[in-house]
Amino acid sequence: MSEPRYAVGIDLGTTHCVMAAVDLAASDREAVVERIEAIPQLTAPGAVEERLMLPSFLYLPHSDELRVEDRVLPWDPAPPFVVGELARSMGGRTPIRLVSSAKSWLCHPGVDRRAAILPIEAPEEVTRVSPLQASMRYLEHLRAAWDQQHPDARLTEQDVVLTVPASFDPVARELTAEAAAAVGLNQLVLLEEPQAALYHWILASGGDWRKQVRLGDIILVIDLGGGTTDFSLIAVTEHDGSLELVRVAVGDHILLGGDNMDLALAHAVRAKLAEQGVTLDAWQLQGLTHGCRNAKELLLSDASVERAPVVVPSRGSRLIGGTLRTELTREEVTCNLVEGFFPKVEAAARPAGRARAALTKLGLPYAQDAAMTRHLAAFLGRQVGATRDLHGFAENAAQGATFLHPTAVLFNGGVFKAPSLLERTLEVLNTWLAAEGAPPVRLLAGMDLDLAVARGAAYYGYARRGGGVRIRGGTAKAYYVGVESAMPAVPGMEPPIEALCIAPFGMEEGTQAELPSQEVGLVVGEPVRFRFFGSSVRRVDQVGTVLAQWTPEEVEELEEIEATLPAEDRQPGEVVPVRLHAAVTEVGTLRLEAVPRIGAETWKVEFDVRGEE
Amino acid sequence: MNDSTGGFFPRLMLALRAGWRILNDGDFADGVQRRMQGEETAVIEAKPALRETAPDAALQLLALLQQEGRFVDFLEENVSAYSDAEIGGAARVVHEGCRKVMRDYVQIEPVREEAEGARVTLPAGFDAAAVRLTGNVVGQAPFTGTLMHRGWRAQRISLPKLAEGHDARVLAPAEVEL
Repeated sequence: MSEPRYAVGIDLGTTHCVMAAVDLAASDREAVVERIEAIPQLTAPGAVEERLMLPSFLYLPHSDELRVEDRVLPWDPAPPFVVGELARSMGGRTPIRLVSSAKSWLCHPGVDRRAAILPIEAPEEVTRVSPLQASMRYLEHLRAAWDQQHPDARLTEQDVVLTVPASFDPVARELTAEAAAAVGLNQLVLLEEPQAALYHWILASGGDWRKQVRLGDIILVIDLGGGTTDFSLIAVTEHDGSLELVRVAVGDHILLGGDNMDLALAHAVRAKLAEQGVTLDAWQLQGLTHGCRNAKELLLSDASVERAPVVVPSRGSRLIGGTLRTELTREEVTCNLVEGFFPKVEAAARPAGRARAALTKLGLPYAQDAAMTRHLAAFLGRQVGATRDLHGFAENAAQGATFLHPTAVLFNGGVFKAPSLLERTLEVLNTWLAAEGAPPVRLLAGMDLDLAVARGAAYYGYARRGGGVRIRGGTAKAYYVGVESAMPAVPGMEPPIEALCIAPFGMEEGTQAELPSQEVGLVVGEPVRFRFFGSSVRRVDQVGTVLAQWTPEEVEELEEIEATLPAEDRQPGEVVPVRLHAAVTEVGTLRLEAVPRIGAETWKVEFDVRGEE
Repeated sequence: MNDSTGGFFPRLMLALRAGWRILNDGDFADGVQRRMQGEETAVIEAKPALRETAPDAALQLLALLQQEGRFVDFLEENVSAYSDAEIGGAARVVHEGCRKVMRDYVQIEPVREEAEGARVTLPAGFDAAAVRLTGNVVGQAPFTGTLMHRGWRAQRISLPKLAEGHDARVLAPAEVEL
């Protein structure tokens, strides 16, 4: 394999994909030669156009729906499906054939992510795809787009950095890496999106970032994408006299994003129209959502505008007669968006619980509480001790602090194009800080809110080769397996479970945990499942630590893991004692192995991706 | 002479194949005819002063204006039947959408940067295609006059690529909801 010429960053987003590249040969230290790659895609039947963003939508057309010659791509004369802008617009008219938010399905523990389940609402005759396949289709499109523009430097031979939400669990990471491997991207590493946003900030500062932060700073990254919200905390430390960045904590996976906000506004306006006796069909609601987004951007960027017109075009050719005209007022935006998604809450506020109805429809586990500020309060509250053990952070672990005090904040995601949402978030955060006597946060100037993650990822690919500063951090959780405790069982009750730590917090890529001294029994020839746990706050547990009890705040249960020992020269049914060994691969995924007491062989322990039955 | 058509038999085969194609393919026949006439009239060499523009790009732009801004719908509607407020509402759709098309596909800039109403002087050899003289047009350059309209110039146009078999005449497909 030839030496890579580019470091390529791919932001495989919930709603959009972006691809950026750093020319490794042409870059030197802080003089980085980088650019966003244009992605050719169908934008209308028969029309191919280059765009900077590829909407993450997959449309499965009916055989009579789109002529073969109208879905030609520069690299494929007859693709059986449509990806990108045209997929999104066709899906607006025919949602039953549209796959969207594949990324959120990829980390949905309730479904089998290798099973062809999407689109969920599709009728029988539509050949569905799995969340994994959908992700592969997007990556395939990006690979083909790249190869077409760089025929002498194919993507499979470049260093590829693929971004994932910081909150992705080990299974979702593994599936993402699997999708990339399936399209031939083997020189791959995964990078957390908030870190990528920070790398972009470093890149954009042109070497000046060291002057904008100082030792002891704690940078809060708030990444509010189209479909997900992701928080990370990155501490500024020192090593041998130079500043270093350490990612100390990441937040939970929250399915709440900019698209929810546009939809919320559209529903508010629809309710207003309904009072006037006007009902909208699904197509018109989509037009309304589009109109509301534009009106929102106008209202949020210009404080002198009190009301913005929203027009819903008619579906038929009679434009004037059939068009509905309404307006969005400042008050509606403030009440639905600013107060609905960014309410002023106390630092002690927590999101409303996740209690679900007994019979839930199969769907994505959207955040129950739309208030981003409450999710932020919960994150900072839980991570109050995140920097306790870091050198140079003594004053931050201030006496009586009820939440972790960030000193700087970096915003990312298209939502923050609206200055008032950014200002509101800062205001709430600073109120919390002031209440505990801490200084207000500094705003790190972010740029390019839609494209920063891909550009930062490409820069990271460059930095890994020694071209720039790297954020350290490793795994953001410690991992445990459930083992039955040795306590005597109580009739009628499940035997109590203890959690055995097999991977400590902060394992770096390409490192292995030690072998725990405790063994677990595997039954030869049949799959054995273990309960699996993770903790984003227990930073001191080492391999072999056993927890007898814990709170759900502290340790959360993840999907089960499963090991099968082949019978080979053993008796089926025999119980073999093994130790569970954890490693973080170079790619950035967690790998678990079962190591028997004797013999050199080990067996891979699989994550269960089949979902709850 | 090319090797592949060198011998008698290869040429005979070619003549038969060409003859068959002339019978079946009108475009091909026209081409052969033009080629044969061209050989006879090559000495005359008339340079065409007028050219036909390709209709596909125009149709494509119309389709984009329709798709984003309902431009064709708007033009084809009888505006006299509606009040100004109703037309105004629809005009927002048209304006917003067509403006987006302009921004995305055609980069335009004013021909003259001066404010309208300003006095401007045109030196000798100015581009008569880009600046039109009106009114008391007499004498020799430099000309001095009032800028009535700044003019527009398309700096760059980049339309989406069209698939080979795409029928550009369909500006907007009919929609049938099942």
